[in-house]
Amino acid sequence: MAGLTLRDVGKSYGGLSVMSGLELDIHDGEFLVLVGPSGCGKSTLLRMIAGLEEITDGTIAIEDTIVNDLPASKRELSMVFQSYALYPHMSVRKNLAFGLQNMKMTKAEVARRVDEAARVLQIEELLERKPRQLSGGQKQRVAIGRAIVREPKLFLFDEPLSNLDAELRVQMRVELASLYAKLGTTMIYVTHDQVEAMTMASRIVVLRKGTIEQVGTPQELYTRPANLFVAGFIGSPKINMFKATASKVADGIHISAPEFEDFEVSGLERAVDAVTICIRPEALALDGGSIQVTAELALVEYLGSEILLHAKLPSGAMVLLQTSGKEKYVRGQPITFGFETSDVHVFDHNGDRVAFTHEEAIA
Amino acid sequence: MKRFFKRNAPAYVFLTPWFIGFFLLALGPILASLYLSFTRYDMVADPRWVGLDNYEYMFERDRRFWKALEVTFTYVALAVPARLAMALGVAMLLDKGLRTIGLYRAIFYLPSLLGSSIAIAILWRQLFAADGVVNQVLAKFGIEGAAWISDPDTSLYTLVVLAMWQFGSPMLIFLAGLRGIPRDLYEAAEIDGTSKPRQFFRITLPLLAPVIFFNLVLQTIEAFKTFSSAFIISNGTGAPADSLLFYTVYLFNEAFKFFRMGYASALAWVLLLIIGFFTAVTFFTSKYWVHYENERD
Repeated sequence: MAGLTLRDVGKSYGGLSVMSGLELDIHDGEFLVLVGPSGCGKSTLLRMIAGLEEITDGTIAIEDTIVNDLPASKRELSMVFQSYALYPHMSVRKNLAFGLQNMKMTKAEVARRVDEAARVLQIEELLERKPRQLSGGQKQRVAIGRAIVREPKLFLFDEPLSNLDAELRVQMRVELASLYAKLGTTMIYVTHDQVEAMTMASRIVVLRKGTIEQVGTPQELYTRPANLFVAGFIGSPKINMFKATASKVADGIHISAPEFEDFEVSGLERAVDAVTICIRPEALALDGGSIQVTAELALVEYLGSEILLHAKLPSGAMVLLQTSGKEKYVRGQPITFGFETSDVHVFDHNGDRVAFTHEEAIA
Repeated sequence: MKRFFKRNAPAYVFLTPWFIGFFLLALGPILASLYLSFTRYDMVADPRWVGLDNYEYMFERDRRFWKALEVTFTYVALAVPARLAMALGVAMLLDKGLRTIGLYRAIFYLPSLLGSSIAIAILWRQLFAADGVVNQVLAKFGIEGAAWISDPDTSLYTLVVLAMWQFGSPMLIFLAGLRGIPRDLYEAAEIDGTSKPRQFFRITLPLLAPVIFFNLVLQTIEAFKTFSSAFIISNGTGAPADSLLFYTVYLFNEAFKFFRMGYASALAWVLLLIIGFFTAVTFFTSKYWVHYENERD
């Protein structure tokens, strides 16, 4: 197991800087997920940690040892690739053993580790097969097996589940989480899927355009998104956003948005004017809440245990509600819903979070 | 039957040029040469049926036939691996991601375009002549070069070097093959601490096996058929001391110098069988060393 420290890490290709000033501490034994839209630099960052990509600025340290100039093989880490990267001409057994044979290990030790990994991942009956004879999920398991046989200090996963179908993805997610619980090794996991990030991570790093937007536990990111980007990226279904104006009152803020009646939030930490207010779909309650509004139902999505209601507000803006219940909804019907002011996230004109004292209780 | 032709008539109309070409220019001469190989025919008198005489003479009494076989086999055994190794080496260099890869590809392919031309063979003769450029360069370093082409001990090797230099087409095929190997595999190997030579032998070569196989078959056939360079460099005789008596040169001389068309046809058929045999052997062994990623079990 090992912790990892990134200090002022930057990357540029030619004159084009794609990442700069990255600071991050990854704790020993942590499951850290790097998440962000495509092109945000998450895979590049992972590859820089792996040693497959050089860093242009700063330092990367594994267990206090700066590894900038250390080749990938000397960093004592394993990586699982999106494409699985299994050697197609070798059997599963040989794929698992290939890396170990470089470590000048006895044949008996290689066999012991391969068998142990096969047992943990339940791929014992696949050992003599070639990768082409495996299903996507089985390939993924072998790829993970190849990573664990080396007993590394650090695991790197580069979107390992994105080639699997939805059902298998959920299953592998659970298996990876239990593998992490069993091994307790530091894992860094890249994904663009925020559900994967939320369900698996000890902490999440949200990246955008090569910079870190926020680092925190899944709950922190969900309940206290640091900015509009994180608010919009984390959470499914997506958070509702409305433009509003704000003015300072006694110990809080007076908000007016065309969609709702004016309301006040107390305990404001700083003055703001133009704002964006965000409310999670599940914070909007039908026939409840202190601030109420009536809208016309535009679309109903039944998801079994829950129902998503897309409604059109009198201002023309769309709003999304998440509700459970067995009631029938019909397109075009009017619905009344509301929210508590404490459930409102407020962001200033730069998109940065405006904190309120009442949020301390939530966090 | 009638309906079949009626329905497919347009196809046959379009296929007519190919049929004419195939029957008149390929199948016709092939069958004619098979017949001629059992005759004595000097292109003046009518062919005279002699049964297996030509083949009997070839295997039992014709020492030059065996010499031609020896020269050709030696050449194939040396030139094919040398050319393939050269082609693979250059392809791997080009695969390293040069910016001007297109330019280099064209430059390296150039000798192959000119390769079978008479001009290159003549140039080669000049280069390796006793007072040629090669010896002039060697002289600058105080080395006295051999009379490469006129010495029977070295003449064949100059042709092997020429073959190596014409690595263009297998190189392009190798390059395409190398491009098809996913980078991830090398990165995974890199993280596992696999050395570059081990990566080459355990990843590159096995994954390139289908392409190596393809090139091997093609280049072996081509090497057996080598003619113009040997013909030009040896002045059409196979000299010195029959050291450049390639099978095809011998065959050509029998046919068009001595007008022994029957015997030359027999020689041609034996060459065909030899090439067929080696191709079959290569195909047969391929199942032990060629891995296809997409094959079904």
